Amino acid sequence: MIEVSGLTKRYGDKTAVNDLTFTVKPGIVTGFLGPNGAGKSTTMRMIAGLDEPTSGSVRVNAADYRRAHVPMAELGILLEAKAVHTSRSAYNHLLALAQTNGVPRSRVAEVIDLVGLAEVARKRAGGFSLGMGQRLGIASALLGDPQTIVLDEPINGLDPEGILWVRNLLKGLAAEGRTVFISSHLMTEMALTAHHLIVVGRGELIADLDVEEFVALASTNVIMVRSPQATQLRDLLLGPDVTITSREAGLLEVRGVSAETIGDLAFDHQIRLHGLAVQQASLEDAFMEMTRDSVEFHAHTTTAHTTTAHTTTAHTGDQSGNQSGAPTRVAQTAGESR
Amino acid sequence: MTSTLTPTRTELNVTPRFPGMKVTQARVIKSEWTKFRSLRSTLITLLVSVALTVGLGALISAVTASHWAQASPADRADFNAVVTSLNGVNISQLAVGVLGVLLISGEYATGMIRASLTAVPKRLPVLWAKLGVFAAVVGALSVISTFAAFFLGQSLLSSKNLNVSISSPNALRMVLGAAVYLVLVGIIGMALGGLFRNTAAGISSLVAVFFVIPPILGLLPKSWSDRIGPYLPSNAGEAFWGHPTGSHLAALTGLLVLCAWAAAAVAAAAVRLKERDA
Ligand SMILES: Nc1ncnc2c1ncn2[C@@H]1O[C@H](COP(=O)(O)OP(=O)(O)OP(=O)(O)O)[C@@H](O)[C@H]1O
Ligand SMILES: [Mg+2]
Repeated sequence: MIEVSGLTKRYGDKTAVNDLTFTVKPGIVTGFLGPNGAGKSTTMRMIAGLDEPTSGSVRVNAADYRRAHVPMAELGILLEAKAVHTSRSAYNHLLALAQTNGVPRSRVAEVIDLVGLAEVARKRAGGFSLGMGQRLGIASALLGDPQTIVLDEPINGLDPEGILWVRNLLKGLAAEGRTVFISSHLMTEMALTAHHLIVVGRGELIADLDVEEFVALASTNVIMVRSPQATQLRDLLLGPDVTITSREAGLLEVRGVSAETIGDLAFDHQIRLHGLAVQQASLEDAFMEMTRDSVEFHAHTTTAHTTTAHTTTAHTGDQSGNQSGAPTRVAQTAGESR
Repeated sequence: MTSTLTPTRTELNVTPRFPGMKVTQARVIKSEWTKFRSLRSTLITLLVSVALTVGLGALISAVTASHWAQASPADRADFNAVVTSLNGVNISQLAVGVLGVLLISGEYATGMIRASLTAVPKRLPVLWAKLGVFAAVVGALSVISTFAAFFLGQSLLSSKNLNVSISSPNALRMVLGAAVYLVLVGIIGMALGGLFRNTAAGISSLVAVFFVIPPILGLLPKSWSDRIGPYLPSNAGEAFWGHPTGSHLAALTGLLVLCAWAAAAVAAAAVRLKERDA
């Protein structure tokens, strides 16, 4: 269990983490999501007692980690892949860490096998690929058979087989009753691995919800309607919980009404439709939507920022969710809104 | 928002899977020894320092002996057989000090320090273990190398009957003193590495303290340099391993002054390690 309460971290006048409060429960995998610079790594460093909070507190397994007598049994953490002296072998790296807490040598061999590094364990870690570095980092986090596991972007740099392996490993660890907390930028990956999500942006909590709830939010469909009488149709559709945006004349993006309703309404009012298409929002889109206002480092694109107020509470109810994050994307809306 | 789907277990008491698991100072020392012996660059640097102590001492002894006939009366008056054979220490101290810096700054450079400090969240045991392992290894090797330098140097000086025996006045103190000096320089280097957390800054400050500040001080008015100079780390060191007739502190005072420098540097590094974000 990790309990973060009112956690704030400032570096000079830069606030990296701002009054974060959440709990990471045992028995499930919890994903920690947020755009670049959201404060995920900073939060994880404070969990490990490496950075001192400016205010607020963190408890690991209901205690202050910095006072732990058996730290490696309490918490296993991966902060950066390849944080290893380049000319030391993976085996000696792990052995040195294991020795501090009295973890037996047999366990070192065990975690090396577990992460699949047996063949290269005696080679210089400097020659490792990013994926091998990640595996070594995961091995070091698991050395003490910890109750709580914190991994910063563990799938970064892994191949599909490696991603699948990490996913199953983490689920297995959680099923054993451990607390598993992993950060990522990839909503689709988290939807498959995690049960619960903590979403942050600019150091602040944006959402604390189950993956299922997130998927339900994300599956709000967008219906693209093309009509020469778009303005007339828009006025008919507008209502509570309905969002309509328009990027070009004659094209509406409608959220909160089903395609059937739109088609019937158009027919009843003799409005000609040239196109009526349902587009499913992907999980990544929903994630971007959720964190849009808190993205710190925007790439400069030619599309202007949307001016629409999004109603994330709109449910269509008839969609069962888009588990795999279908590639169909909702175009970013820009220009005039309803 | 609380989930009702998943059963949660309580875990207030973590029972380690491996019996007897916990952090002890002895275990952290064992870990630091593993780190120390598993880096080839560390071993090479140590061998270089031994080679410098012995090799340069021998070279200077041989050159002194072969040029003795041409030496000026002043040079002859200044000559000390023990100092001549130990002259390599003036250079090997740089190798030892730099290695001390690297052993800590290297962990910051690679990010390994984060893993080390998460494994030992009380932090200070890591610093003590690093200092202990390094001091023990440098001490053992330095005693061997200063004695080797002494005996090799004396045998080269013996061609002109310039040699002295280890039982001559001050000889044993100077030979052992040189080894102690190297250990203290190594400790200061390590403390500087921990203080700056950066290789370049650590090495620069080490070089400044031992090689740049002493000659600069000589440029100041004599009344100043005479008062401050003897208390500089390098000069305090020379008081117990260098020329016995130099304008130094007494040998024991010199040792205490250098120990005080080392203790101050270590204390600063310890405070920084404990108080600052890793
Ligand atoms: N030691 C530090 N000194 C100054 N600023 C820092 C420091 N560490 C982090 N920051 C700043 O705090 C903010 C949060 O950084 P952090 O690394 O925690 O984000 P993140 O969510 O892990 O991002 P990413 O997804 O890119 O890894 C950033 O703006 C970063 O520049
Ligand atoms: Mg990060």
